[in-house]
Amino acid sequence: MTVAATPSAAPGFAARALRHPSFVAGAVLTGLIVLMALVSYVWTPHPPLEMTVSQRLKPPSEAWWLGTDAFGRDVASLIMAGARNSILVGVVAVGIGMTAGVAFGLYASAKRGWTEEIVMRLSDFVFAFPAILSAVMLTALAGAGTANSIIAIGIFNVPVFARITRAAANSVWAREFVLAARAAGKGGFRITVEHVLPNIVSILVVQATIQFAIAILAEAALSYLGLGTRPPDPSWGRMLNEAQAHIFRSPTLAVFPGIAIALSVLGLNLLGDGLRDLIDPRLARKR
Amino acid sequence: MNLFLLKRFATFIATLIGTSLVVFLVLEVLPGDPALVMLGPDANEDAVAALRDKLGLNQPAVTRYLEWIGGLVTGSFGQSYSYGVSTGELIVERLWVTVPLALMAMLMTVVIALPLGIHAASKHNKAGDVVVMGVSQLGIAIPNFWFGILLILFFAVQLGWASAGGFPGWDEGVLDGISALFLPAIALALVQAAILARFTRSAVLDVLREDFVRTARAKGLTRRAALWGHAVRNALIPVVTIMGLQFSNLLAGTVVIENVFQLPGLGRLVFQAIANRDVPVVRDAVVILAAKVVIINFVVDLLYAWIDPRLKAHDV
Amino acid sequence: MPLLEVENLTVTLATNRGPGDAVRNVAFALDRGETLGLVGESGCGKSITALALMSLLPERARIAGSIRLDGRELTTLGEDQLCGLRGDRMAMIFQEPMTSLNPVQTIGRQVAEPLILHKGMTRAAARERALDLLDRVGLPNPAARLDQFPHQLSGGQRQRVMIAMALACDPDLLIADEPTTALDVTIQGQILDLILDLVEERGMALLLISHDLGVIAETTQRMMVMYGGSVVEAGPTAEVFARMAHPYTRGLFAARPKLGPATETPLATIAGVVPELADLPPGCPFANRCPLMIPPCNDGLPPPLPMGPDHISRCIRARELVASA
Repeated sequence: MTVAATPSAAPGFAARALRHPSFVAGAVLTGLIVLMALVSYVWTPHPPLEMTVSQRLKPPSEAWWLGTDAFGRDVASLIMAGARNSILVGVVAVGIGMTAGVAFGLYASAKRGWTEEIVMRLSDFVFAFPAILSAVMLTALAGAGTANSIIAIGIFNVPVFARITRAAANSVWAREFVLAARAAGKGGFRITVEHVLPNIVSILVVQATIQFAIAILAEAALSYLGLGTRPPDPSWGRMLNEAQAHIFRSPTLAVFPGIAIALSVLGLNLLGDGLRDLIDPRLARKR
Repeated sequence: MNLFLLKRFATFIATLIGTSLVVFLVLEVLPGDPALVMLGPDANEDAVAALRDKLGLNQPAVTRYLEWIGGLVTGSFGQSYSYGVSTGELIVERLWVTVPLALMAMLMTVVIALPLGIHAASKHNKAGDVVVMGVSQLGIAIPNFWFGILLILFFAVQLGWASAGGFPGWDEGVLDGISALFLPAIALALVQAAILARFTRSAVLDVLREDFVRTARAKGLTRRAALWGHAVRNALIPVVTIMGLQFSNLLAGTVVIENVFQLPGLGRLVFQAIANRDVPVVRDAVVILAAKVVIINFVVDLLYAWIDPRLKAHDV
Repeated sequence: MPLLEVENLTVTLATNRGPGDAVRNVAFALDRGETLGLVGESGCGKSITALALMSLLPERARIAGSIRLDGRELTTLGEDQLCGLRGDRMAMIFQEPMTSLNPVQTIGRQVAEPLILHKGMTRAAARERALDLLDRVGLPNPAARLDQFPHQLSGGQRQRVMIAMALACDPDLLIADEPTTALDVTIQGQILDLILDLVEERGMALLLISHDLGVIAETTQRMMVMYGGSVVEAGPTAEVFARMAHPYTRGLFAARPKLGPATETPLATIAGVVPELADLPPGCPFANRCPLMIPPCNDGLPPPLPMGPDHISRCIRARELVASA
């Protein structure tokens, strides 16, 4: 008996993807944000951290596309460079949460019984506790900073992935080809690696996309509260915090970083929804 | 009392104990000596030692944990290091801002989301549905604190209709209090309403495919009557779960939104107390917040039993 | 004039692979007090026919032809008027009593609902009437059942509730779509007997849909065999069983499980599979599975051949078939 092919490998996937409006819109938006981050390494309209004291709180103009902030820095350049920070935090935090969560979930599903019960109750417990509050406590405990906010966000991705992995893995364990593998004398670890994991990868990819969006929102909130990325590294959340102090003099300052956050999150959510539709046509019918 | 609720009650107590333990342990390893924080960096060592003794910081951790929990249960709260008043007093005062804020936001969420979600489901794949889904997709993507800033920008800066933040206190009149909480509540409600509308839509669509909806139509009910009379209540079962989760999220979201609007609520209190190493306030406030979350989950379970008669079948 | 007249009924469904005719040119008439059986494999279009009669087809389905109830054309009737007829003049019993009742409403409320809706009864009066109905359909301890929920009843009891609900307003036409398929064998007979008693007692017309030839044989006066959306054979039940003038009817008959000790011979099956709706051939839909297939079978849907009084078959070799047996 062979492993059922992951649906994403099905023929015509690319053709169907190109015709799926929310997948295309999401991929384009996400691609633009990533491109912006990459370009910022080699070129920005102005050096992002350069302060031009004579040009503080300027409105958008030809020289300063999106205006300048209270230190005379170019907002457009800061937003471009800020994308790097959001992507870094998102990728690493989701990576941590996914690695640990998937391991827990697979282990619980392979062992069942008490192991499963304990893993699930623990994740319920972490779940029941509001994530932002815990993140505030954790970053306060360990000090503000990019690394600590990554860890705080990563920890709260663990139960998300543990739950979804366990549920998906349990349904794979109940399939005939796994029964056949067990009958053939394969052990739990081999079955997990050879049969279970390949069959849940697509579900995990969809979830990772959505968690990425949530991580970007969480990083922005932490930075806004002064607990995330520390100055002078550019960060969209902290830009909003600084903008609020000058909201009466320079209202546009508070607009652009928010648009950057919203577009990134929108892009990732659309991409995730699109992927889910493409991978699981049964769910697609509901939309 | 049936088995279902009994089990839920046990989970409720276990969650509270677990939370208090985690909070206590986290604060144990939190760097910074509270006595030093209170007296300032220039204080002499004898004074610091005397204060540590007075605060009971020299006792073993287990004793301090049990004393703390005992105090919470009997209603005798600790003293805030930085405010010099009982933490209970402080928390109750702040709850008068946070709870009305969260309730207003939840009310807005439900009032906006349920009709939109049900409407979208009833117009599946037609214009109304597409509009609701598109707008809600945008709503989910907007960070609530940025939406709060935009509201300030529009209503306070551009129109001058509202203040840019702050809270006058309930003594100034209920209406003033509510109007000060109005914009923060909208900021909190937007994202949650977008999520709930989408969820409600898919829950209603699921139920509309059920056989008993066809039965209702075969009885002669109109599409609309079958939707409201038979589909909606069944769809509410999963929706209520999400609403419970959302209320927890709203309470947590107040930490950020209270900072955006400079509201003297519990979230801001926790935030400031962490910064000040005000251990008694942090641990009591966090446990109270967690208690609210688990109480909400418990209420959700009660609602369940009321909506879904099948759960009552498990009577002991 | 018969109660129900169906002419040239064609229903086109939107499937994943394009539009497909789920019902093709179906015509029949049914009068009060008559029982008509509709038999066929799953996917042959029998349930879609029933839903078309109730005007409860899926949203994107298209309907052509004519359905007249008491002389009134239903296919062009507005939704409001249709709602007035459904549950009042025509009622339907579904296959799954498990999922066809609303899990969060009491039995009493669900049985009373059509009475309040169509007869303008008060809640109290409708409840009283619901009690009578539950008593009539043989639900044990009906007074206590009024305030119970569906999950507290057994499958057979739920189907009795469904029957009570369908009968509430004394409809002229009762459509029963596989009413006993989901039930235990021991209960099936009781439920069929109940339906027949009630049909006789109230002079209703009954359209009974089943995949089970035995059920059709015991219950109906006339029958239609459906395949690939078309009625391939129709006639008085005794007549059809006596002659079986279509190869598909014979296949169905040979494939039915028989009671008695297990024999060496395996259960007969019909070779091949039912074609998908969008792929239905222009000719006889059964041709690709038929042992008697000859090239002309693919030239077009065979016309109805008269085989006896009221007995027709859509098989160009029907006469040979009957003669050879």
